[in-house]
Amino acid sequence: MDEIIRQHYDVDGSDFTRAGEASGKIKKTLKDIGFTPEAVRKTAIAVYEAEINLVIHAGGGEIDVEITPEHVRIVLTDHGPGIENVELAMQEGYSTAPDRIRALGFGAGMGLPNIKKYTDEMDIQTELGVGTVMTLKINA
Amino acid sequence: MKVSEIMKALNAELIYGEDFLDREVYSACGSDMMSDVLAYVKEQAVLLTGLVNPQVVRTAEMMDMRCIVFVRGKKPDEGMIELAKEKGIPLLGSKREMFTSCGILYEHGLRGGGHPYNG
Ligand SMILES: Nc1ncnc2c1ncn2[C@@H]1O[C@H](COP(=O)(O)OP(=O)(O)OP(=O)(O)O)[C@@H](O)[C@H]1O
Ligand SMILES: [Mg+2]
Repeated sequence: MDEIIRQHYDVDGSDFTRAGEASGKIKKTLKDIGFTPEAVRKTAIAVYEAEINLVIHAGGGEIDVEITPEHVRIVLTDHGPGIENVELAMQEGYSTAPDRIRALGFGAGMGLPNIKKYTDEMDIQTELGVGTVMTLKINA
Repeated sequence: MKVSEIMKALNAELIYGEDFLDREVYSACGSDMMSDVLAYVKEQAVLLTGLVNPQVVRTAEMMDMRCIVFVRGKKPDEGMIELAKEKGIPLLGSKREMFTSCGILYEHGLRGGGHPYNG
């Protein structure tokens, strides 16, 4: 693989059952390309947590993927409420998810710390009332 | 431990996955919170959960898990079974509660075996 592969996904914020579809496709692409199983799994988990966040916290959004022989870069964009205090949000156990979300198995406040752990680079740009752009990079 | 052995030990029914009964499972994880499951990487693990929605199957998919056991008599719906077929993940159903199910598998030698990635 020499060329750069680019993918774009729209994530529907109203359909919880389909959340994770994009992550599944990204995982399959990386596996087919021949990324190491560890890189495939780290990417899959990180982007899945981020995709779930798009759905449960931001009303959906978009995912752009760029795959090169060296790395995969994933940009998640939403027009949700934004994150008031990123440092706080990054702490294990911090969650604003209501009971309704907890009943679905999410809202442990582990998503962002997990993403940090599984990626080589993680950047969050956010503005209250405007939205959030999160960029993740995982080395091949 | 094979999927078939887990089935026998838990007195579980096979919801989906006739073809996967001989699949080996090397570790286990029990939780109803999916982000807790996603926090630790287990090698070729079985997931025990009392949660029923498609994100259980997706979580197992992302983590390359080998089998899902629904405890407390919880039953996945058709959509979840379809998703499990698509991803090739066998589904078992046990009437036992979470603690007992985990304890039985522990007695059979399965361990948590999770190790966190450190960057
Ligand atoms: N895209 C987003 N838009 C707005 N707020 C967000 C977004 N992502 C995360 N947050 C905020 O950051 C908090 C922490 O996120 P994190 O993913 O760590 O936990 P969680 O989603 O609440 O629970 P878990 O990920 O364990 O299911 C969330 O509760 C929410 O307040
Ligand atoms: Mg989250």
